[in-house]
Amino acid sequence: MSRIKVVILIAVPLVLGYVSLFLGRYGVEPLTVVRILLSKIFPITPDWSRSAQTIVLEIRLPRTLLAMSVGAGLAISGAAYQGMFRNPLVSTDILGVSSAAGFGAALALLFSGNALEVQLASFALGLAGVGLTYLIARVYKTTPVLMLVLSGVVVAAFFSSLISATKYIADPDNKLPAVTYWLLGSLSGASYKNLATVVPMIGLGSAGLLLVRWPLNVLAMGDDEARSLGIRTELLKSVVIVCTTVITAAAVSVSGLIGWIGLMIPHVGRMIVGPNHNVLLPTTLAMGAAYLVLIDTLARTITPQEIPLGILTSVVGAPFLAYLLRRTKGGWK
Amino acid sequence: MEPRISLRGGAFRYDKRDIFSDLDLDVHPGEVLCILGPNGCGKTTLLRCLSGALKLGKGTVWLEGVDISTLNVVELAKRIGFLFQEHTTSFPFSVLEVVRMGRAPYLGLFGSPSETDTELALAALERVGMLPIKNKPYTQISGGERQLVLLARTLAQEPEVILFDEPTSHLDFRNQALSLEMIRKLSKNQISMIMTTHNPNHALLLPDKVALMKSGKFVAIGKSSEVITEDNLREIYGIEVRVFTVSDPQGGGTLKLCSPWFR
Repeated sequence: MSRIKVVILIAVPLVLGYVSLFLGRYGVEPLTVVRILLSKIFPITPDWSRSAQTIVLEIRLPRTLLAMSVGAGLAISGAAYQGMFRNPLVSTDILGVSSAAGFGAALALLFSGNALEVQLASFALGLAGVGLTYLIARVYKTTPVLMLVLSGVVVAAFFSSLISATKYIADPDNKLPAVTYWLLGSLSGASYKNLATVVPMIGLGSAGLLLVRWPLNVLAMGDDEARSLGIRTELLKSVVIVCTTVITAAAVSVSGLIGWIGLMIPHVGRMIVGPNHNVLLPTTLAMGAAYLVLIDTLARTITPQEIPLGILTSVVGAPFLAYLLRRTKGGWK
Repeated sequence: MEPRISLRGGAFRYDKRDIFSDLDLDVHPGEVLCILGPNGCGKTTLLRCLSGALKLGKGTVWLEGVDISTLNVVELAKRIGFLFQEHTTSFPFSVLEVVRMGRAPYLGLFGSPSETDTELALAALERVGMLPIKNKPYTQISGGERQLVLLARTLAQEPEVILFDEPTSHLDFRNQALSLEMIRKLSKNQISMIMTTHNPNHALLLPDKVALMKSGKFVAIGKSSEVITEDNLREIYGIEVRVFTVSDPQGGGTLKLCSPWFR
């Protein structure tokens, strides 16, 4: 990859992250943002209002960091899954993690509504859902890709109906809107507390995927062929599934269901840097971070009321991907 | 001389049906064995058992005195290369990247190819004459080129034995010839090769050894010029066949060829 592409890939998420700190209904001067951030490290006498400081440090900064982590995590997971399943239509929820995690959250919202419990229930059920998919798909000590996909469809459908059931019995005055709104995805609950729980998970999962990024190329040639090239395919697939599931479940548990990133970013990444996972995986990390921070900034600035992220990622993403697909005629460049 | 790879009493059952049984074979360093037989005779299953991908029901595959069922996938991949017949990939990896995958057995789960691995991959491409297309997307090259690129990938594995599943089946006349020539060339480097084929003439062009297979048994195994006879071919294919000895009009010696014979 050319040096200029590397610089752009690093710079874009950083610039967008910075922009997200001064945009919003409460305007803060771009330079003031820099000085507020620096005042944490250097002794700078504040000439800004207390509310500016609170908004930048306590509200926008954690939200921006969370958006970047969630976006990066969902994007790298999607790229790893598309490689492993050798299919461009695959996204992070192929094994049912999103539906299961969504059901966990819906259930917790129904019974308590405590934010931490919602997060925990969502994360735990996300892991359990994929565990179930894996068990169903396991035949003769192997997990053929087709079996994984079909089991994923089954498990996702099962948990989707449970989500509907939860909505059906939820009190339409207060519980139902909470469940519905949560499922549409939002980062408005961002805080340093959930950053501290989620970022390590996303970080570890992404590190795991980055470690196996070259063998993923070999796996993308097919299970039999990868085995004949000395790849322990079952082990590699489990590593990918575990990392991706931890990332996605952690992301969903704090942000709700944010679709499209895991499907779209890997496509766009491949168009820019090619299919080699050695380069593609780090690229999607940067692009995912940039994309979600951009979308989240739009979500909270373009209308007086915040637009749910799940809606905006697809409203912005779908036409963009459609345009790219038309331009490349479906070619996997 | 010790055989490089041998099979003793090999048998494989699937769904309570014998795919093959009681097979013995030996291939020495630098020798090429062609397995010839009709569709469904068990050739491909036999090849997959020899590669260690499938476990024999009975019998043992010996690789230089070691029972291959005791070797793990990494050890197998360092010593046995396999060229698949059916092959699909949706990602347009570059040709060089595909060949570098041949280094996978030496890299481990978290590995990624080094400078040396890249050099070995380039050398392998050079050997099969595909170096000029190293940067082309693998999905956009011709079937013949693809076969040679996959052969280069197998060479990058540095195996002692290469197994080919019908290496010429999708190729045109020229590329069939190039592939066979390449196999002959490789045998001079002490690599042992076993290939399945549908074309008896290909076995005659690779003069070492041929096994004629029918319904999971070897009808005959031995030097190709001795084993490929009208009687044997009639037995395995059930059609009338003639074997000709032709001499090169330009004085390059004689060659045996066969053809179906229509009355």
